[in-house]
Amino acid sequence: MQIDFTHKQSAHCENGVVSNLMRHNGFEVSEPMVFGIGSGLLFSYLPFIKVNYAPVFTYRVMPGLVFNRFAKRVGVKVKREKFKDPKKAKERLDQNLSDNNPVGLQVGVYNLIYFPDEYRFHFNAHNMVVYGKENGNYLISDPVMEDVTTLTEKQLEKVRFAKGAFAPKGHIYYPISFPQKLELETAIIKGIKHTCRDMLAPAPIVGVRAMRWVAKNIKKWPKKLGTKKANHYLGQIVRMQEEIGTGGGGFRYIYAAFLQEASDVLRNEKLKDFSKEMTQIGDAWRDFALEASRIYKNRSGQLENYDSISDQLMSIAQREEAFFKALRKAV
Amino acid sequence: MKKKEVPQDKSQLQKANIKDMVYAVDENGNYVTELSTGWEPKTIALDNAIREIEERVEEAKQRVIEKKTSPIEYYMELHKMDVPILASYVGLWQWRVKRHFKPSVFKKLSTKTLQKYADVFEIGIEELKHIKDQ
Repeated sequence: MQIDFTHKQSAHCENGVVSNLMRHNGFEVSEPMVFGIGSGLLFSYLPFIKVNYAPVFTYRVMPGLVFNRFAKRVGVKVKREKFKDPKKAKERLDQNLSDNNPVGLQVGVYNLIYFPDEYRFHFNAHNMVVYGKENGNYLISDPVMEDVTTLTEKQLEKVRFAKGAFAPKGHIYYPISFPQKLELETAIIKGIKHTCRDMLAPAPIVGVRAMRWVAKNIKKWPKKLGTKKANHYLGQIVRMQEEIGTGGGGFRYIYAAFLQEASDVLRNEKLKDFSKEMTQIGDAWRDFALEASRIYKNRSGQLENYDSISDQLMSIAQREEAFFKALRKAV
Repeated sequence: MKKKEVPQDKSQLQKANIKDMVYAVDENGNYVTELSTGWEPKTIALDNAIREIEERVEEAKQRVIEKKTSPIEYYMELHKMDVPILASYVGLWQWRVKRHFKPSVFKKLSTKTLQKYADVFEIGIEELKHIKDQ
């Protein structure tokens, strides 16, 4: 059986799954719109959680939150299920497919055979849509791929029951009820306000404060940890910025695209200027990544290099703080 | 980032025929999407991470040869895992997995426990007991 499903590539997997599932149900919502309304943008630093022997830096919210917030704000209901037993998980999936219902799945990347080996880490927050089954193979729409693909029953079970942090436990999700008409205006405003609140939060591990904390730490790393580890940590920042395995995140650019689209929906010209400023902030993040990569490429342990990128990150924090303070007032 | 500035550098994505999708601004200032074959700073970061894993694997192998650790640690590194990940795959407490790194403890492991590890690493028990080039 095969459900008539349109696959569209996206920059980030969760946005893409939501956007594609919404389109399937007759609502055209772009990826940036999903990301903006779902308040996906963030910065967070979790030095006490280690992934690949380096602390966690993230540029977006926890997996699943984007869809939950988006759904709540536009009046869509989402059903989510997790399973202990792989057999039950498979039954429920098959049942949905025979009911003509494509579903979103949370999966681990490590055993995803169509990814290049180098990208296969134990990262468990990838998302995809399953839209049918043919000759025992599942038809997969992975939003970071240009085209659809397939997985055997065994291959799919493996990625659905990957272990480790954020283990998916067969997590399956899909929208079950929709509003008559999608009211984006209030949803956009709520989404923007929430992101401003997150980014300006008075907590050291999120938002601009977390950026400053990382900037301060970067200066200390070479002395405290040695050049090798300091460079390993820097590499982690860059890899998380560009999102491991799930395509060049560039979350600041997605957010800028959202503000541009939101400007038309809300008929608020000011948001166009905010979009431009966010684009430039995105460029500043890229410059930061470029400088960081120069340091670990040359493997030079020169302290002034670390000082200079630390300053760069400080100045991005400064800009984002001013940006979100102004944005909060503009909507 | 402007659309024409979207990087088209070499990367490991090419061999799997995957391209990243990115958002960029066109000549009229409108946001559009563009595909990218890769970006060098990202590739360097990834290459470094891979090299570090390879070093860890090599170190673990040496320690197995010197009988300082059991092959379990070697296979764990080979599969890019750490102790918490391996422990959740085999369904054991972390301290037990760490204990199984001791060659003296490893030698006495039951076939049942060995099989658990072998299943996770998708190898036979013989291969688990004796790593290659040993």
